[in-house]
Amino acid sequence: MIVSLLLKKLRDAVADLTPIVLVIAFFQIVVLRQHLPQVEELLTGSLLVVAGLALFVQGLEMGLFPLGESMARALAAKGSLFWLLVFAFALGFSTTVAEPALIAVAAEAARVAGQEGLIDPGAASLEQYALGLRMSVAFSVGLAILIGVLRIIRGWPVHYLIIGGYAVVMLMTIFAPKEIVGIAYDAGGVTTSTITVPLVTALGVGLASVIRGRSPLVDGFGLIAFASLLPMIFVMGYGMLVFG
Amino acid sequence: MVAGFVNNFASILMATSRDVLPIILLVFAFQLFVLRRPIPHLRRVVLGGVYVVLGLTLFLLGLEKALFPLGRIMAAQLSDPAFIHGAGESAAVADWSAYGWVYLFAAMIGFATTIAEPSLIAVAYKAHEVSAGTISQWGLRITVALGVAFGISLGTFRIVSGTPLYMYILVGYLVVIVQTMFAPKSIVALAYDSGGVTTSTVTVPLVAALGLGLAATVPGRNPALDGFGLIAFASLFPIISVMGYAQITSLRAKYTGKRQGDE
Repeated sequence: MIVSLLLKKLRDAVADLTPIVLVIAFFQIVVLRQHLPQVEELLTGSLLVVAGLALFVQGLEMGLFPLGESMARALAAKGSLFWLLVFAFALGFSTTVAEPALIAVAAEAARVAGQEGLIDPGAASLEQYALGLRMSVAFSVGLAILIGVLRIIRGWPVHYLIIGGYAVVMLMTIFAPKEIVGIAYDAGGVTTSTITVPLVTALGVGLASVIRGRSPLVDGFGLIAFASLLPMIFVMGYGMLVFG
Repeated sequence: MVAGFVNNFASILMATSRDVLPIILLVFAFQLFVLRRPIPHLRRVVLGGVYVVLGLTLFLLGLEKALFPLGRIMAAQLSDPAFIHGAGESAAVADWSAYGWVYLFAAMIGFATTIAEPSLIAVAYKAHEVSAGTISQWGLRITVALGVAFGISLGTFRIVSGTPLYMYILVGYLVVIVQTMFAPKSIVALAYDSGGVTTSTVTVPLVAALGLGLAATVPGRNPALDGFGLIAFASLFPIISVMGYAQITSLRAKYTGKRQGDE
């Protein structure tokens, strides 16, 4: 029983990986007409990826999904909106503020801004600029999860909020300094790590299934969307503030 | 070789554990001070958490060891002027039609990496469970992957042709807004989420390498300005493809329903 479950997980993981291997092999052999270098490395690497994916999915089912759902249930049962919103904000802020991808993007953005002469290219001012960017993004993700949770509770339709958000992004794109726009768009993408996504999804779906009158499908999703939308607005706002 | 492997493993494990740390602290603090009751099946949950961290570590280690280096080399080779124009020739102005293999590579690698994206696997799993099976995991993942494939392919075309990023994004958002008004309401939130999850561990490193490589070799492009923005394409087009798929299925259902009613 356990063995057959494990085999199924491994088979799924192989299916997940196959397209990448096929694409690389096709271009290497047919288009670039080169032999595959380091076949051994490629094979061990693929085995590690397959084992890792299988383990990850097993861990999702056992750990992250139940954790997100039980937190949602416990917080809903406590009945305190305040603590639920505090939890939502803290979850978004704390998982984002020290995210390595975000630190890298912020440092890169500071370097580019220093080169272009937008800010003082001294180390202290670069660091302050990068920290400011990181804080804006982390704060906006916290706020995004908070708004998203509030939306699930109140039952606001997601599309009005998102369309409103996109309208703001489009307006700000026109007025924001050109140098910040690309970074702002990318900041929306790097905010949610592979561990945060399942937890936040389980939280939203869990809340929507314990609150009466909410459908998990219609109301439970959407938290990630807010978490990728708000950082764009905040980073562009930060750019307008700093570059004046 | 073995020592290097162990070193790599340890450093990725540290990085992944660091991602979990704020979650552990937050949940622990809430259980202790606010909720004051234990998490059900605590041992199972903790074991699951260990699996997630270990699994992700092995996954990233495997990617970094084998697939990323090769992907980066190939992105560089495909965007190399010698490959595109033939050895010995060079062009002062980029001719967008000479880059056919690049667009194809962008589309295929975008599709393939999205299929292996762990965050998307998690969201598809939940969507399948919550929709009582009407949304199939593979159906959603393939639709999202097609969106990413088209988005990244268009993104490389933008870099080659040098057209401004914000024009594409503005038009894309307009399409999303119009679609939102007409798409079935049950798919809207999921479609938006699909846009956000496509760009994490697998897609970003390969796609960024392709973007920067192109911007560095295409004549007249500046890597600092033109290399970015592929990520934005990769998160915009899945929203369009997921809503589009839902629209097509619901229109089809309406059409066949009507026809059966007429007969």
